[in-house]
Amino acid sequence: MTLTDGVSVNAGATLADGTSHPVKPGLDLSHGVLLYLEGITKSFDGFRALDDLTLTIDAGELRCIIGPNGAGKSTLMDVITGKTRPDAGRAWLGQTIDLLRLSEADIARAGIGRKFQRPTVFEALTVETNLQIACAGQRGVWATMMRRPTPAERTAMEQVIETVGLTAERHRLAGTLSHGQKQWLEIGMLLGSRPQLLLLDEPVAGMTPGEIEATARLLQQLAGEHTVVVVEHDMEFVRAIARRVTVLHAGSVLAEGDMAKVQSDPRVIEVYLGG
Amino acid sequence: MSLLRLALQGDRGGTILLGGLLLVTVLVPICALIVPEGSPLHLSGYAVTLIGKFLAYGLLALSLDLVWGYAGLLSLGHGAFFALGGYAMGMYLMRQIGDRGVYGHPVLPDFMVFLDWQELPWFWHGFEYFPWAMAAALLVPGVLAGVLGWFAFRSRVSGVYFSIITQAVTYALALAFYMNELGFGGNNGLTDFKDILGASLSAPSTRVALCVATALALAMSYIVIRMLLVSRFGEVLIAARDADGRVRFLGYRAHHFKLMAFVLSAMVAGLAGALFVPQVGIINPREFEPLSSIEIVIWVAVGGRASLHGAVFGAIIVNLLKTWFTAQMPDQWLFLLGALFVLATLYLPRGLVGLRMARKRALAA
Repeated sequence: MTLTDGVSVNAGATLADGTSHPVKPGLDLSHGVLLYLEGITKSFDGFRALDDLTLTIDAGELRCIIGPNGAGKSTLMDVITGKTRPDAGRAWLGQTIDLLRLSEADIARAGIGRKFQRPTVFEALTVETNLQIACAGQRGVWATMMRRPTPAERTAMEQVIETVGLTAERHRLAGTLSHGQKQWLEIGMLLGSRPQLLLLDEPVAGMTPGEIEATARLLQQLAGEHTVVVVEHDMEFVRAIARRVTVLHAGSVLAEGDMAKVQSDPRVIEVYLGG
Repeated sequence: MSLLRLALQGDRGGTILLGGLLLVTVLVPICALIVPEGSPLHLSGYAVTLIGKFLAYGLLALSLDLVWGYAGLLSLGHGAFFALGGYAMGMYLMRQIGDRGVYGHPVLPDFMVFLDWQELPWFWHGFEYFPWAMAAALLVPGVLAGVLGWFAFRSRVSGVYFSIITQAVTYALALAFYMNELGFGGNNGLTDFKDILGASLSAPSTRVALCVATALALAMSYIVIRMLLVSRFGEVLIAARDADGRVRFLGYRAHHFKLMAFVLSAMVAGLAGALFVPQVGIINPREFEPLSSIEIVIWVAVGGRASLHGAVFGAIIVNLLKTWFTAQMPDQWLFLLGALFVLATLYLPRGLVGLRMARKRALAA
């Protein structure tokens, strides 16, 4: 967590009203920090799902977040994507975008893409159309009426469909894909919206070993170009991809560092890895 | 235009529907006006009006299928939009009567004279003009749907709760329109129309013109809605129907898409009502009753939800049955209607259109 005391250079475009398109170039990454959460607290009926949680994600990072059930992983995702509002704390994307003041759709437009735990794709539409919806430039009602994908949007879609390896399935209805393919399609849909930050909630749950391996390769390939945060239970998978691991416990950060360091931390062993 | 081509290519059912409508616009004038009476090919005035009425119902079914089939919003109050469009047209037709009413009042419609009213209520002004009435037939349903949808979709009311709200709204409107004091003719509604745009409503040529106008309105609405559905708007609408959250997390305001579909659908239903009323010659509060709205749902379910031409065919087929049955054994009709709905839900989840697709699949296998 190195917040260097540099001078903030450009302030970037702020989001005065919800209607202006929150342009990603407005994202101010002058400190190299993409996501900054501070003192986030959220209670449900007296149960503290998140307890004064502070977390920083650097731009271009591939971060794994692990933790036992009930550690607050899903609530954390919900807070970042605007599904849940915290009781206290601050959440910033870059230096200038206050996530706690944006709606879900605005947060998505600001550059945070989320993959749900259960694969959620548009089953009645083809693989191509699924990705095409994600690759759209304009997302307002009027801008989409009577419009078909532009050549630029088609090119973007072609790139994504290749990246996630679904080129051969392009004309199939998404509902007919295998579980693993749906997961990749959903990752592809996130990529299509060109996010700054990709949040993946248990991306390999229910996958075959072969599919897990392919997913690991895909995520490795994405890191660097994108910032990727993976919430995962599967320790094998975390070991395979993680550069940096954050361990959550009881709603706050218990330990952070590379896999070897985290694994040897006695507190982590006690609560999670089970010694 | 490529969107138009995309909308119609590969749409066999739609091509059949549009072909049929073209046939109506050509054959109805010939058979009703040129072919002499007594010839087996002659179409009576009754038959022309029946065809026009069925096509208006087809248009109404089309509007419901847009929201139920493609946006996943089961409106149980679509009859309200149809009736509002019908009342707007009815008000124009009432004003056209002028001093030819039973009481011979130069301005006031008969029912107002009967109620001993002295002057025209403010909201009746302007309805002597046809464009004003047509605008009201589209805009009043559109605004009502806009207000309803704005509150419902913004607070993510969906599923059965949305259905209940729409049903309650149409029921409330029925109760209101039954009251004489509201100024829409109460129980009896609006009737005894004489002419439209200067042409007598009882003249065969007027009946034919109205029937053809309805066929054209149905064809145009079909094409526009098809184009809308194959455009990105329609894809996002279908996506939001199946995975609302995913659409929102991709940066689309899903509720705006549903609202737009609902408003457009209400306007098409209003247009259907405006075309229906001059042909049947009456509009009364019964159109607002929940049962009327439920019938529309049955047409769409029988024809095939999420298939535009299926909805239109469903409306025509069910109403053909209804016309025949209510003449033969009027007391049995509601039982048959109920049975149709139950059977369609149980055995034809994709309606009659699904039957054809299943046969195609069986042939391919």
